Amino acid sequence: MWMRFKRDRTGVISACIVLAFFLIAALAPVIAKLYGKDPYTRYGQLRPGLLNENFYPMKPNGGIDGEFWFGLEPGLGRDVFTQLIYGIRTSLSLAIIITLLSVLTAIVIGVVGGYFGGKVDYFLGRFTDLMMSFPNQLFFVAFTPVVAALLVDPRDEMPTWLRACVLIYVMWLLGWMTLARLLRGQTLSLREREFIEAARVAGTPPGRIVRKELLPNLVTPILVQATYMLPNNVTAIAGLSFLGVGLQEPTPDWGRMFATGAEIYQSDITYMFFPGGAMVIFILAFNLLGDSVRDAFDPKSGR
Amino acid sequence: MLRFLIRRSLGAVVILLIISAVTFFLFYAVPRDPATLACGKNCTPDALAVIRKNMGIDEPIPMQYWHFMVGIVAGRQFNVGDCPAPCFGYSFANQDPVWQTILDRFPTTVSLTIGGAVVFLVIGLGAGMIAAWQKGTLIDKAFSSMSLLLSSMQIYFIGPLVLALVVYNLELLDQPKYVPLTQDPVGWFLGLLLPWLVIQIIFTANYTRLSRSSMIEQLQEDHVKAARAKGMSGKYVFFRYAWRGSLIPIVTIFGVDMGSLFGGAMITEWTFSLPGLGTLAVNSVQNTDLPMVMGVMLFAATFIILFNIIVDAAYAFIDPRVRLS
Repeated sequence: MWMRFKRDRTGVISACIVLAFFLIAALAPVIAKLYGKDPYTRYGQLRPGLLNENFYPMKPNGGIDGEFWFGLEPGLGRDVFTQLIYGIRTSLSLAIIITLLSVLTAIVIGVVGGYFGGKVDYFLGRFTDLMMSFPNQLFFVAFTPVVAALLVDPRDEMPTWLRACVLIYVMWLLGWMTLARLLRGQTLSLREREFIEAARVAGTPPGRIVRKELLPNLVTPILVQATYMLPNNVTAIAGLSFLGVGLQEPTPDWGRMFATGAEIYQSDITYMFFPGGAMVIFILAFNLLGDSVRDAFDPKSGR
Repeated sequence: MLRFLIRRSLGAVVILLIISAVTFFLFYAVPRDPATLACGKNCTPDALAVIRKNMGIDEPIPMQYWHFMVGIVAGRQFNVGDCPAPCFGYSFANQDPVWQTILDRFPTTVSLTIGGAVVFLVIGLGAGMIAAWQKGTLIDKAFSSMSLLLSSMQIYFIGPLVLALVVYNLELLDQPKYVPLTQDPVGWFLGLLLPWLVIQIIFTANYTRLSRSSMIEQLQEDHVKAARAKGMSGKYVFFRYAWRGSLIPIVTIFGVDMGSLFGGAMITEWTFSLPGLGTLAVNSVQNTDLPMVMGVMLFAATFIILFNIIVDAAYAFIDPRVRLS
């Protein structure tokens, strides 16, 4: 499996790019320290000569120079480079947690439904159908503020970690259904296979069959689906921030950079290219990686 | 067919009931005073009193839900005035009736959806078919790479870039806006052209890939080979045999996409400031305008379920082997 993956040059390159993004996210504070700036300080307002009277960077191309590699944020005058790496850090951590939770839920619901069948399966199946008919983007937008208001009085300031929890919760709630359906189908067909039947006849308890016989055979679809799920979660979180219901200022956030960029694109288009370019590279690399993982695990499927 | 439709419609009603109940209780059954929540950040005691009265907050929550549901079917009396069926109540933000607002906004969303769908179906299916026909050639590879690149693009990134380039730099078009088709067809077309071209990028790639793989699969099928073997022309077999079969997986995805698009393409509408359901939803959420959010939510869910039924019924037309049961 690993050998097959290593032979796939596109796969290896995209894996490296994805890994680089994770490293940047993990090491964002270290990078920022070496670079000598942080994402909160309003350099443009503190130091004269960086922003003009309309609060746009004085230098061309959004104020890019040797000191501010990606330029300055118009208005507040913060450093774009550190904003971006910290933003990637927040978005990626959220997306990873959401993906893990969704995958775990999908495994539980899919495998239990598929393995035990009967009434359990019927009700889990109807529950999955019901969750699927919620308009999910609308649900995210509508419920993030409601869940937030449930926890904190709307007039109070909400701590960032709590807001992040709300985002995770809402997206997890509607994130597991596709994979659960897939796993249910796979479990259903695996259940009839001889080795499972043999284990059952030998008196193995159901829990052990699921853990030792079923799950190892489901690793491939889980891994493949997870590589598709993660980038989708990244873009969905960014979409929420773009619509103004994601993480709030001053927490640096990848998606909110698009919202800022969309406000100022008429005067300073350069700003938009950094979060946008990074996002395109990340998603492209991840999609290619997903295809390669699928090919490596399951060479029969082909493209 | 009729039995199938009746059974599925009943199922749809049940699902909508559950969705409305979940939404309603999440919104109204909060431990804190729902009127304060509904009133939002800049709340005055006067506004609070009005909202309390309009919400019927003195009633127990199940009764409130009951009145809400009855209102949808039979209409309802409010202090502000009479609300004919289907009554979804009045907006907290500007006291407009919710149903009328949704109806006013819907044409924009429909125009955006249908125009966008035409663009992504033509480009996506066309490119997929050509790629399948020319499988393995340079054209196929170019189309495949192109669709991979497109699928990595985001509307909130491409939208502003396109606006900056086409509207502000080259000044080819005006800022996108919605003009009713009946009023000014040319203005309607030009006003929505950019949103159509931008909204299709997230779909086209998917449809290209899907139609290519499904077409290649169909061309290997026995009945297609048999048709070729008995001397039918390549073109005829390609379109009448293989293409028809390749549509089945596409119809499923298309139904799902249409269902969610009719509920409002939030990010696209927001990017281009089009007054559709998506913008309405985002604005209502920002103003904590709960009746409006509730209305849009149910409206959007109805479309998702409706299109699921349409997809299942459409199978029977495309593929006579499928029995509706």
